[in-house]
Amino acid sequence: MSQPVLEARGVSKLFPAGRSTVRAVEDATLALQPGRIVALVGESGSGKTTLARLLARFYPPTSGEIRLHGEVVKGKPRAYYSDVQLIFQDPFGSLNPLHRVRYNLERAVKLHHPKADVDQRVAELLERVSLTPVEQFIDKFPHELSGGQRQRVVIARALAVEPKVLLGDEPISMLDVSIRLEMLNLLDRLRTEDGLALLYITHDIASARYLCDDIVVMYAGRMIEGGPKEDVIADPLHPYTQLLIDSSPDPERSDRPDLFDAEDLGEPPSLIDPPAGCRFHPRCPLAMDVCRTEAPPRTELPGGRWTHCWLQEKR
Amino acid sequence: MIMLRSWKVRIGLSILGFFILLAVLGPLIGGDPRANDISSISQPPSAHHLFGTTQFGQDVLAQTIAGARGSMLVGILAAAIGTLIAILVGVPAGYFGGAVDNGLNFLTNLFLVMPVLPLILIVAGYVQGTGPFVIALIIGLFGWSGGARTLRAQSLSLSSRDFVLAMRMVGEPHRRLIFFEILPHLTGWISAMFLHGMIGGVMAEAGLAFLGITDSGSISWGTMIQAAQQQSAVLRGLWWWFVPPGLCIALIGTAATLVNFGVDEVSNPKLRQARRSVIVRTRKVVSA
Amino acid sequence: MSAVLVVEGLTVDYVTGAEPVRACDDVSFELRRGEILGVAGESGSGKSTLITALTRLQRPPAVTTAGRIEFHGTDLVALGPDDLRKLRWTSLAIVLQSAMDALNPVMRVGAQFVDVLRAHDKTLSRKDAWTRAAELLGMVGISADRVRSYPHELSGGMRQRASIALALACGPELVVMDEPTTAVDVVMQRQILAQVLRLRRELGFAVVFVTHDLSLLLELADRIAIMYGGRIVEIGTAESLYGKPRHPYTRGLRDSFPPLRSPLRKLNGIPGSPPDLRNPPPGCPFHPRCADRFDGCDEQRPELLTIEDHAVACRLYPSGEDQS
Repeated sequence: MSQPVLEARGVSKLFPAGRSTVRAVEDATLALQPGRIVALVGESGSGKTTLARLLARFYPPTSGEIRLHGEVVKGKPRAYYSDVQLIFQDPFGSLNPLHRVRYNLERAVKLHHPKADVDQRVAELLERVSLTPVEQFIDKFPHELSGGQRQRVVIARALAVEPKVLLGDEPISMLDVSIRLEMLNLLDRLRTEDGLALLYITHDIASARYLCDDIVVMYAGRMIEGGPKEDVIADPLHPYTQLLIDSSPDPERSDRPDLFDAEDLGEPPSLIDPPAGCRFHPRCPLAMDVCRTEAPPRTELPGGRWTHCWLQEKR
Repeated sequence: MIMLRSWKVRIGLSILGFFILLAVLGPLIGGDPRANDISSISQPPSAHHLFGTTQFGQDVLAQTIAGARGSMLVGILAAAIGTLIAILVGVPAGYFGGAVDNGLNFLTNLFLVMPVLPLILIVAGYVQGTGPFVIALIIGLFGWSGGARTLRAQSLSLSSRDFVLAMRMVGEPHRRLIFFEILPHLTGWISAMFLHGMIGGVMAEAGLAFLGITDSGSISWGTMIQAAQQQSAVLRGLWWWFVPPGLCIALIGTAATLVNFGVDEVSNPKLRQARRSVIVRTRKVVSA
Repeated sequence: MSAVLVVEGLTVDYVTGAEPVRACDDVSFELRRGEILGVAGESGSGKSTLITALTRLQRPPAVTTAGRIEFHGTDLVALGPDDLRKLRWTSLAIVLQSAMDALNPVMRVGAQFVDVLRAHDKTLSRKDAWTRAAELLGMVGISADRVRSYPHELSGGMRQRASIALALACGPELVVMDEPTTAVDVVMQRQILAQVLRLRRELGFAVVFVTHDLSLLLELADRIAIMYGGRIVEIGTAESLYGKPRHPYTRGLRDSFPPLRSPLRKLNGIPGSPPDLRNPPPGCPFHPRCADRFDGCDEQRPELLTIEDHAVACRLYPSGEDQS
């Protein structure tokens, strides 16, 4: 496996909330390789967006380190941003309503390639994200575009920087269903053509399976399982991953016996005062005594899989 | 201009426009406000003196028109100074946060809790030759803190909006983020603030003049009322002396309030939803 | 079985600008007792407009310009506000996407149930009403000691379930649900759906379930109506719609959901953007995005015609016959 472009090692983020602290992300470790897509899957409050924002350096980690090309990042993030770009969830919010498409792209090109032929590069960028014919889109304001077209502009703006890493924070969840796949296909194409390293954050495990190579599952601020996507989905190691997969809409669902009672699935814990031990133990039908007291360590398994679950540790 | 759709905005802006026009063209139409007509002293309105005359035989109409210039000049100047300071203090405070915010916010709060009127009195009394420019400067210097607080709050929320974060990731410098991404979204607030400042300036000037702080040689609505008060115009029933300048000040206040209400209605969809025209049109379709 | 709800030719216009915008165009369907009808559509499909028209919650500038909504033989369109009020809760209840925020934040959850219960049954004592409130919350898996909680003390998922229980408080025959699970996570969504299915079995109410998520409806609904550009383009049982979708849009929409288990293949969704209702395309509203369009699709508007168990509005099936 090649050298990772971007890495998070043991990263935690605690937010102060009055007298208490919100433990948004704890001990997260993640590596992004060129030309590979990692999906970060979890529910709201699992810490996946916080982790994305840590990787985008919107705020510093409380502990742990972020490494770009093997070096710990520090100082001003300007240079960092020529390698790492983030695609926001809301295409309506991430374009200034007062600026035309052209302005957004021109600024990005001018800032990173001051000597380039700006018009030509802007046109190329729009073509890369399939906003063609270019003349039809270049002078539009965001409100004149559909959600999908806006998200393409956002992606084009990020590409103008020629980054090595693209972080997508639920980039399709606010788009109409029928145009989501085109967006995923676009991301997949960029990964193949440019060798981008991509982090795809989502709550939709089916779309993660469609796009990514590896899946990492987060629960209540912690990473609980990871590995090649088909293995994780076909044979989840952690009971929470099982729950997540069982809960996802699936028209092909066969009537297999469920591990969980569908009428009482429970809810994720508060991050201010999370349960001791494994954070999933209050909901876990297989919880043992050790689960209630000690946080499970990372268990490495063959085939690049790993999990934090006492069940696997015992094996 | 979507704002012009509201009748309140249209009326308010027309009133303000009228007075600004009056201030600009005043000298051409008003006649000499200082000329003393000894043949008519303290006369009620007549064909010769439409608004009557003062105790000194000066034409009230000419004085009111000239006063528009004095009052509006102070109002606009004070508003410009106050708004500018509010922008320079409020926007960076909200945008940068941290130490910058702490410092600027401290300054804002300091001016916010300062007893402004006594301070203006002291400063204005201290400064020699309080012409309209000095008065405007004083009013502006002491009247920006409320606006700065509003702009700080707005910039604070705008600077964490996705589009600002996204442009920052693209590599935009702070200067451009402030002036090209954030400031354009504040124009509504800033123009409302300017209008408010202008009214405040006109009123403050009137107040200061009434207290005798301003240079009595200059003519404004405030100095007119002060002169009338000094000559006990109220007791002597010379109503035509103080009513026109007072009415002008009230009209300016009304105009600003109308504009504010109107802008609110247009920009707040919840208020707009119940617009009468829409309901009437809906009824028509239903009954047809 | 008898029909609870018959909608015929329902047409809703928005009269904001000079030209009225038609958000719901000649929509007709029937709902039988205890049936779950799913309505799937994207932005601009008219599904939200349909909901407000069905429940008569519509406000200006939206106007129902044609059609009937027959609920047990009474035309709701013609009904006055007083009669409507009597009908709400007792016969017709609504759960909205943001229902969790519709609970009064300064009132105990149970008290809001008591208000609703006693407003519709004057003979009910206060004490009995509280007991009933606890029972209702129990139906959606909220324990009885939560009756005295304030809404902010409950999680989002609990509030959403509480509002479903509140909708069922007076034993309605029809519950209209507008994206009731969009604001909650997948696990909570699964739990809510399981509860709705059980309660439907026990209480026998019918459901109109509106969502953008077709994959969800395929598991939940008995029949599904697909809306596009303000019209129903296809309606049929969940099995037939999933197994044999006729309309190119339905097919495209079904293939917009990547599978969770079966082998992956490249999927393309549907190219283009959903229609702008202010400026609808002529002919079939889907023709600009349709891969199967042919001469005339941009001129003639296809009617909804029945094929076997299934109705479709597409010129590929001209006389209601199945071509494929």
